[in-house]
Amino acid sequence: MALIPTGWQTVGPYLHIGLTWLNTTKLAGEATKGERIAVEGRLFDGDGAPVPDGMIEIWQANADGRYNHPDDTQAKPREAAFFGFGRVDTDKQGGFRFETVKPGRVPGPGNTLQAPHILVSVFLRGQLRRLVTRLYFADEASNGDDPILALVEDPARRRTLLAVRDPGSATYRFDIRLQGEAETVFFEV
Amino acid sequence: MPDPIGYRREVPGTQPPYLHPDYKSTVKRSPTKATIAVPHTLSEVTGPLWTKERVGSIADDLTVQDKERPLGERIVVAGRVMDEDGRPVPNTLVELWQCNASGRYHHPVDQHDAPLDPNFTGRGHAVTDGNGDYRFVTIKPGAYPWPNHFNAWRPAHIHFSLFGPSFVTRLVTQMFFPGDPLLALDPIFNGVPAPARDLLVSSFDLGMTVPDTALAYRFDIVLRGRAATPTGI
Ligand SMILES: [Fe+2]
Repeated sequence: MALIPTGWQTVGPYLHIGLTWLNTTKLAGEATKGERIAVEGRLFDGDGAPVPDGMIEIWQANADGRYNHPDDTQAKPREAAFFGFGRVDTDKQGGFRFETVKPGRVPGPGNTLQAPHILVSVFLRGQLRRLVTRLYFADEASNGDDPILALVEDPARRRTLLAVRDPGSATYRFDIRLQGEAETVFFEV
Repeated sequence: MPDPIGYRREVPGTQPPYLHPDYKSTVKRSPTKATIAVPHTLSEVTGPLWTKERVGSIADDLTVQDKERPLGERIVVAGRVMDEDGRPVPNTLVELWQCNASGRYHHPVDQHDAPLDPNFTGRGHAVTDGNGDYRFVTIKPGAYPWPNHFNAWRPAHIHFSLFGPSFVTRLVTQMFFPGDPLLALDPIFNGVPAPARDLLVSSFDLGMTVPDTALAYRFDIVLRGRAATPTGI
């Protein structure tokens, strides 16, 4: 008989005590392959006010589209110089920023290929459980073929998942809105 | 490569809703639109493996982190991390944080009029052993008031954070103590539907106590488990 998975509870307002020791905002080292980018944004509540007591975690493949994990059995070289995990607590303006490399494409269901993307977990006081979303790159031609983006029928909602590159820089902007007209699409995993 | 074997989908009625109005802050901090279920692709079945080798040093005794010993009742908090089939989850990071014996967090935002303890920070982490077991030594946290409603008090609890083997298995939860009269009144604890919420309450475990030194509470944790076959939607 299957056991019931332990229930989620909020991180609460004091998450920093237990969790910021593992903050990781620079995911790429000197030896890491790939295009250096930054992703940054802010977390907003239903009033459009910044959430200063949240935490963002990210998980991504390397530039070749390979995950640093034994279940990734693709015939691509493993890259020890890239773990692919980031964590940071939001600042007073609800802000967060990661410096990383642009991930490559990884397989999707069937024989599909996913567009480059980063998995994003959002934790905050005032929410009992984790919110999960995905960051895609607005200037990426393969978005049209992505099997997960295709699950979001409304193009306006799909746009909430697209990080937009600041002109003349390598920074992609990705705001997360818990509610409102531009409410971010959240996924169930 | 073939489609990866995914994880079991969430069983309805076992996890809190996003919007839980009794916990007032959820009203402005919950999505209003339905979440979209995604198939478990390579992105979801992989995840950061925070193993002992990657974590480095551990901090599993919260009573020896400062010059003197902290005030309060010293306790052992231990248990096993398992998947839904009861199989141990070895070599995975367990992070923990809590307030002190007076119900005060070592945190600038906490203005509760209860004394700080200069010898207690309330933070620790450990990695499960080959049997999925973890063990901390700490002090029993106090109850504390919070502004959710008139005379609201959080039952004594310890915050836990775990990764497990994939992105899907991530868990943040709270451990409570048996027989606490505040449990029935706590909107956060009661955010988890019955009977699943009872699994957040630890049990007194005489066998794990350290004679003349510390009482012990057992808190087993169940992470999402693998499905038998690939899980499409
Ligand atoms: Fe707490």
